Amino acid sequence: MGKSVMIKVEKLNKTFGDLHVLKDIDMTVNESDVVCVIGASGSGKSTLLRCLNFLEVKDSGTIYIGGEKVERETHDLNEIRTRVGMVFQHFHLFPHMTVIENIMEAPINVKKIPKDQAYKEAKGLLVKVGLSDKESVYPGKLSGGQKQRVAIARALAMKPDVMLFDEPTSALDPELVGEVLVTMKELALEGMTMIVVTHEIGFAKEVANGVVYMHDGRIVEVGHPKKIFEQPTEQRTKDFLDSVL
Amino acid sequence: MEWLNTFIKSYPVFLKGMWLTFELTAVAIFIGIFIGLFFAFLKISNIKILEWIADTYIFLIRGTPLVVQIFVFYYGLTSLNISQFLAVVLGLAFHNGAYIAEIFRGTIQSIDKGQMEAARSLGMNLKLTYRRIILPQALRRAMAPLGNQFIIALKDSSLAAFIGMYELFNVATTYGSNTFDYMTYLLVVAVYYLFLVLVFSILVRYVEKRLAVSD
Repeated sequence: MGKSVMIKVEKLNKTFGDLHVLKDIDMTVNESDVVCVIGASGSGKSTLLRCLNFLEVKDSGTIYIGGEKVERETHDLNEIRTRVGMVFQHFHLFPHMTVIENIMEAPINVKKIPKDQAYKEAKGLLVKVGLSDKESVYPGKLSGGQKQRVAIARALAMKPDVMLFDEPTSALDPELVGEVLVTMKELALEGMTMIVVTHEIGFAKEVANGVVYMHDGRIVEVGHPKKIFEQPTEQRTKDFLDSVL
Repeated sequence: MEWLNTFIKSYPVFLKGMWLTFELTAVAIFIGIFIGLFFAFLKISNIKILEWIADTYIFLIRGTPLVVQIFVFYYGLTSLNISQFLAVVLGLAFHNGAYIAEIFRGTIQSIDKGQMEAARSLGMNLKLTYRRIILPQALRRAMAPLGNQFIIALKDSSLAAFIGMYELFNVATTYGSNTFDYMTYLLVVAVYYLFLVLVFSILVRYVEKRLAVSD
């Protein structure tokens, strides 16, 4: 214990029209936790993540970021988002900018960091994700795995406290999944707080210290990966794991 | 070869007419781009009254002939002591602005919404996201249809002849009626238009290429 709470969610609800996608979600993520959110598609995993970055407007409930209760009405969400990095399934790199420009864009224009310093930091991040030779390449020339690693570097450039990963490997060819997972694992080992929506059970087993199983908009079971994967208490968790393993 | 003789003899006047045609078109397009961008933003604003204003403007422009619009601007603005040139330019600009607005709206909306989300997730505000992420990409996509619109604008500028602007078409018809040799002068003026359109096309293609380096 002794770790501070990084993200806390209380009674979070979200609907899309008649569809109730998140039902009374409670969740706590501590500093340096790596939490994997698993569950079938349509279970609300991605929506939960998008609510945490305020890309979706919640219906009700409370979200705390770094101990601070964050509300759309009272907070500058742009400032909050600089502290919460997000990596998307489909990368969403800026196609009209080179790799290094993608990474430098927000530090320069949002954080107002001097260009040469932003460049130095961006180069460092490229080394970190193993793409130092791709600095002046446009995203269109990269493989999926490389794109996702650039996207991770781009999010890291804002020096966030938490990183959210929304199915970061789901759009990748199987042979490219590994390189992205390695990058994510390194990040976890450095102590980055991470919430990862994923279907990569292997990654969850090896890297996560918490697993959340979602079904039909609810959190069904939470626990250490060992427990969830080896002795799930809920029948629905068992059924899901049987279907994916 | 008589045609060629006429062509060569008449070139000083036609060059002047061509310059005026070019000026009318270039200034009208320049203003039209800003008008178009403005109304495109009204249309995607998600604010009912602003959308309604843009829709009404586009409806009025698309629903009436350009020649009527030019006369309205001409009589309306010259009565306010605004020059004939500016009146026609503004008429052409507002006419093309409606079409350009639709081009921009379409290309802005065609940008994957993931681009907006990625930028916002990095803490970029809406204005910054449009300026740095959405518009540069939308502009690139708009180049081809814009180029098309520019060429239409260039040819449409011939309607300025109806209020007595001495541009290409007016030069041709004046000479035609003076000499009773309409056909020759219409063929001459066609060559000038073709030349201008060619120059415009090359220019647009050049810009398109320059912008496309990243893709």
